[in-house]
Amino acid sequence: MTAVLEASGLGKQYGRRWALRDCTLAIPAGRVVGLVGPNGAGKTTLLHLAVGLLAPTSGTIEVLGRRPGSPAKPWPVGFVAQDTPVYAGLPVADHLRFGAWLNSSWDGELARRRIEQLGLDPGQRAGSLSGGQRAQLALTLAIAKRPGLLLLDEPVASLDPLARREFLQDLMQVVAEHGVSVVLSSHLIADLERVCDYLVVLVASRVRVAGEVAALLASHHRLSGSRRDSASLPENQEVIEESHTGKQSTFLVRTDDPIHDPAWTVRPVSLEDLVLAYMSQARDARERARPGLGVLR
Amino acid sequence: MIRFTWLRFRAQAAVVFAALAVLAVVLAVTGWHLARLYDTTAAACRARGDCAAAMNAFASSDISLQSFVKLVLLAAPALIGMFWGAPLLAREFETGTFRLAWTQDVTPTRWLAIKLGVAGVASVAAAGLLSVMVTWWSSPIDKAFMDQWGVFTQRDITPIGYAAFAFALGVTAGLLIRRTVPAMAITLAVFAAVQVVMGLWLRPRLITPVHTTSPLNIAALQETGVTGNGRLQVIEPANIPGAWVYSSPIVTPAGQPASSEPATQACTTGSGQACDAYIARLHLQQSVTYQPASRYWAFQWYETAIFLGLAVILAGACLWLIRRRRSEELHLPHLHSFGQVTVGVVRK
Repeated sequence: MTAVLEASGLGKQYGRRWALRDCTLAIPAGRVVGLVGPNGAGKTTLLHLAVGLLAPTSGTIEVLGRRPGSPAKPWPVGFVAQDTPVYAGLPVADHLRFGAWLNSSWDGELARRRIEQLGLDPGQRAGSLSGGQRAQLALTLAIAKRPGLLLLDEPVASLDPLARREFLQDLMQVVAEHGVSVVLSSHLIADLERVCDYLVVLVASRVRVAGEVAALLASHHRLSGSRRDSASLPENQEVIEESHTGKQSTFLVRTDDPIHDPAWTVRPVSLEDLVLAYMSQARDARERARPGLGVLR
Repeated sequence: MIRFTWLRFRAQAAVVFAALAVLAVVLAVTGWHLARLYDTTAAACRARGDCAAAMNAFASSDISLQSFVKLVLLAAPALIGMFWGAPLLAREFETGTFRLAWTQDVTPTRWLAIKLGVAGVASVAAAGLLSVMVTWWSSPIDKAFMDQWGVFTQRDITPIGYAAFAFALGVTAGLLIRRTVPAMAITLAVFAAVQVVMGLWLRPRLITPVHTTSPLNIAALQETGVTGNGRLQVIEPANIPGAWVYSSPIVTPAGQPASSEPATQACTTGSGQACDAYIARLHLQQSVTYQPASRYWAFQWYETAIFLGLAVILAGACLWLIRRRRSEELHLPHLHSFGQVTVGVVRK
C-alpha cells in the first residue's frame, strides 16, 4: 500500500502561532479522505502545504512521492481551493484553454465532455455562474489534469444543500471513473459521511485521529452504565469523551479489544458523534489550559 | 502561459491602444498642419526680419491640444502603473485565483515572469508610441519655443523609463498590499514622489554643470533698477541657446552680487545712460551655471536608464518574493482569527 500523501512532523508557523503542528500522516492511495475539523483547525494550511502554496516551517511532506513546490513537472495533483476560485471575467471556454495551456497532462476531451454533461454554456462568463456551477467548473479544471490525487478545500461550504449533494455525487462519479485518490476538507460531517472512506480529524492545529472510517467506527464505542470514574476503565480503553449525571456515566472510548464488562451497555457510535467527541475533547483540553496560561501572562 | 496571459490582458491592451490610435489620427492631421505653418511662418519672418516675435506667436498654436498632450504624457505612466501594474497581482489575491494559477504545472515564478513580460512590454510600447507621436507632433513648436529642457520629461525616451518604472511599482505594490485600490493609491503616491525627487534633486546632479563667467553686455541689459534699500539691481537672463540654466547671477569682479553695490545718484535720479555708464565702470560679470544644449541626450539616456533600472530591480524583487512564497505566508486572514473561533460543527 503506497501513500499518496505522507507527512512527518509537519508544522507551519505564522509569527508565534502554529497553524499546524507535529502532523504525521500517511494517506493510502485509492481513498476518499475526509479532512474534518472546525474553522481554523489547520485544514487549509495542511492542503496548502500539500500543493506547495506554502512551505513548511518544520517537518516534511511528500505528495505522490515528491515534495510540493519543487519545480519538476508535470505534477499530477489537482487542487480546488477554498471558495472555488475561477476567473470571473473569463467565459467557461477560456478556462478550458487556461487548463490546456498551463498543464502538460491536460485531457481536453474529458474537460469538454464534462462541461457538456454539466450543462454549462462555454460562452458564459464564470462570474455569472451559480455557486454550484462554479464549483463544478473548478472541479473540471482539477480533474482534466488527470491527477493521481485530487485535493479539495471546503468545496461545498458555500453551496446550498441541493448543489452540495449534486457536487458530491459528481465527485463520486469522477472517483469511480478515474480511480483518483481524493482528500476533501470540510467542517460538515454529514457531507463527508456520504462520500469518505477515510477520515482525518484536525483540531487546534493537530491531528487528533486518522484512519479508515470502518475501522474507526469499529474501534469506538459508547458505554453507559452506573456512575463511575474514568480512571476505573481498563488501560486499553482510551476515553475520548465522558459525561456524568447523578447516577449514570457515559463514555466514548477507543479500543481495539472487545468490551467484556457486563456493567456497560455498549452502543456503536456514528461518525458525527465520533468527530464531535474528538473536537470537544480538544476544546475541553484548551479550556482547562487557559487559566494556567492566564497566570503565566 | 503566454497565450493565457495575453487572453486576460488583451481587453485592457485594446482600450489603451485604441485610444492611442485615435490620438495618432488627431495628431497626424493637426501635426501636418503645424509643420506647414512652421515652414511658412519661418519663411515669412525671415523676409520681414521679425522671427523672434513670429516664432513666439507660432509657439502658441494649437495651445489647447498642446496642453492636452502634455497632460496625457504626464499622466500616462502613472495610469499604466495604477491600471496595469497594481491590479496585475492584487486582483489575483483579492479573488483567490492565484491559488488556481499557482497549482498548475506552471511554477509561480514563471507565471509571474510571463505576466511581467507581457504587460511590461505593452506598457513600454504604449509609452514609447505615445512619446514618438507627441515628439513628432510638437517638433515645430519645440523648434519655435526653444525650451527642450522644459519638456524634457514629455519627449523622446524618458516616458518609456517612467512607464516601465510605474508598471513595476504597481505590480510590487499589488504584491505587497494584495488589494487593488490601496495598491493603486500607493503606486500613484510613490510615483509622484519619485518624480519630484528626480526633478528637484537628482536630475540637476546627474552631470556636473558648466560654469562660465563673462563680462556683462551693457547694451543688451534687460533691466536695471534700485532695490528697496538703495542697492543696485541688474537683471539679465543668460543668453545661451538651448541651455538648462541653473543660475545666472550678476556679480562684481570680486565675486560679490551686484546688489552689494550702492545705487548711486546716477541710477536713482539720473538718466538711463548715466546709470549704464556707472554700471560699466563696475565691470560687472555674469556668472552662469548651466547644462549646455548638447547634453540633452545624455540626460535623456541617464534618466531613462535610471527608471528602467529601478523597474528591473522591482521586477526582480517581485519574482524573488513569489519564489519565497513570502507573500502568501504574510497574509491568511482566516487563520489569524483562530483564537476567537468557537469549536463546533454545523449539524444538518
